[in-house]
Amino acid sequence: MGMDTPPRWDRRMQQRLARGEAAALGEFYDRFAALVHSLAHRVLDDDAAADQVTREVFGYVWENPDSYDPKQGNMRSWVAKLAQRQAVHRLRQAEALAYAETGVGSAEELEQKVHRATVAARADYIVTSMPAPLRKALELAYFQRRDYRQTAADLGVTEDEARRRLRLGLQLLSSAHARPLEGSSPPGYGRPL
Amino acid sequence: MTGAADDADDVARAPRIPGPRRAADDHADLTTRPPEASGTETEETEETEEPEVPEVPDLSHNVLKSLLGAWALSACSAGETRAVENHLTACAPCADEALRLRDAVTLLHEDRDLDLDPLLRSRVLENCLGRRPARIPVPDWVTPYDAETARLDALLRDIGESEWHAPVRLKWYEEDRVVRRKATVAGVIGHLFAVDGLVTTALGLDDPLGPDVPELSPTERTEAFWTALDRPPNRSVRGPWRDQSHTLIRTIAFAGRGVADLTVTYKDFALPLQDSLLERAFECWRHADDIATAVAYPYAPPSGPHLHGMIDLAARLLPGALANRRRAGLAGPAKELVAAGAPGRSLHLEVEGAGGGHWYISLDSPAAIGSPERAVAQVAMDGVEFCQLVAGHITPEEAAAGQDGDREAIKDVLSATASLSRL
Repeated sequence: MGMDTPPRWDRRMQQRLARGEAAALGEFYDRFAALVHSLAHRVLDDDAAADQVTREVFGYVWENPDSYDPKQGNMRSWVAKLAQRQAVHRLRQAEALAYAETGVGSAEELEQKVHRATVAARADYIVTSMPAPLRKALELAYFQRRDYRQTAADLGVTEDEARRRLRLGLQLLSSAHARPLEGSSPPGYGRPL
Repeated sequence: MTGAADDADDVARAPRIPGPRRAADDHADLTTRPPEASGTETEETEETEEPEVPEVPDLSHNVLKSLLGAWALSACSAGETRAVENHLTACAPCADEALRLRDAVTLLHEDRDLDLDPLLRSRVLENCLGRRPARIPVPDWVTPYDAETARLDALLRDIGESEWHAPVRLKWYEEDRVVRRKATVAGVIGHLFAVDGLVTTALGLDDPLGPDVPELSPTERTEAFWTALDRPPNRSVRGPWRDQSHTLIRTIAFAGRGVADLTVTYKDFALPLQDSLLERAFECWRHADDIATAVAYPYAPPSGPHLHGMIDLAARLLPGALANRRRAGLAGPAKELVAAGAPGRSLHLEVEGAGGGHWYISLDSPAAIGSPERAVAQVAMDGVEFCQLVAGHITPEEAAAGQDGDREAIKDVLSATASLSRL
């Protein structure tokens, strides 16, 4: 199953969820649970908290399938935004609670933490959504420690092309720093679930 | 994205130089450490730096720029690394980009999809359905199949391309001996796909093996699927298999009540749809376990309630299997005639662990009722071990069962349990 779901799949899934088809909910989970859970985990760094966010995001989607607007992007990016926002919401809650209990920390530190977590989650999303050839090249060079010549050989492309893919992949990834989270959310997506 | 047309500008803006540096025009002194582009230098470059002085190639600005990604990932030669770093002291746009790309590298990290708890699915779905009841629910008796196919699919998502060709050793019990067959991960998915097709056709949907396929046994269907392929199966079987399982669940959900009793024929026997789906869930788990073993992944048994349903199905099939074996001369003669619906001699099957329970297997006739009062023997087994016997993964002799009572009855029941297995 590819990373890019056709718009038709998205619209059809939305209709099926809206008419209350439990089977559609299962299929929806199978497609997006790993994405939601890993983004939440990246923000919260805790399995139980990520489980909880997963539960909340799917609960929200099941109750509000109509809040997905296909004109604003594909379903995958919508789900990623919901996951990221809910995870950040939880992180703020947890940190505020910790502050109330211990008095350690400051508003500034909290914002820094939220910012770091948000950038990290956005970066994860960018990696999973970027074109497969770029992702493959990054995987080889970073995780398997292949140099760009070996990467080129592994991928069966020229060395020029391997260099291009590595550079382009990192350029895409660096955009995780660029956009503020809330600013990137389409209208109506801005409230917690 | 930086375009290619800005090269002239790059050079013109060169005076804005980042970081501390030695004399930029001192090209001869290659023994000194090159100035660093930024404070974000990671340890990786330190390690890959070779002690001897690399030859620094003379590269054009375009090539140097194209190397920035590889440089940030520490994926160039030592000479190229030096060349890039020398260049960064002289070219501000490249230095800016180098910094950004180095920062981007720190955002890469290992995928951790594997940690998703398979039991989370049912908890999440339950929570959803509690918040908003389904207008078109999935019947309870379909959930083992739904859960097992989802679990296998999650495993398949995590395995690499080459692992689809990993050898899988299939093993079952036929005519009182162990039969083995070699397949691959993709081949096993093809097997599940072909046999699930029996349910598909029973529901009136198109046979995945194509139109006009005669009535075939599960094994024959699998052989037909395998031989029809013009090359060894690969990961592309996952999509059709998964689509079919989703379609089955959806079709049943829409079909409503009566569909549970629809008959699914397996050529030599038949099951009501409800049991057939349980049987398919069992097969899915057993083969997922075969696959997980082949690719060295951990794989847990089904949840307790689902395992219980699978054991219960096997227990209900046992009196019939015993009668078949008796007719074939493989089991001892019936000890008594029992009127249909009356309690007859029974074996007490006690299954321990999650999904366990007590079953009373009628020994002399499938029409008789198993009864605690008429129990002449008792067998105690662990739930997963019992399922391994049902799947033919262990022999009746290997089944380390706690046994008590009529030896012949125990031997016949354990052999009949193993005889339920097939490819």
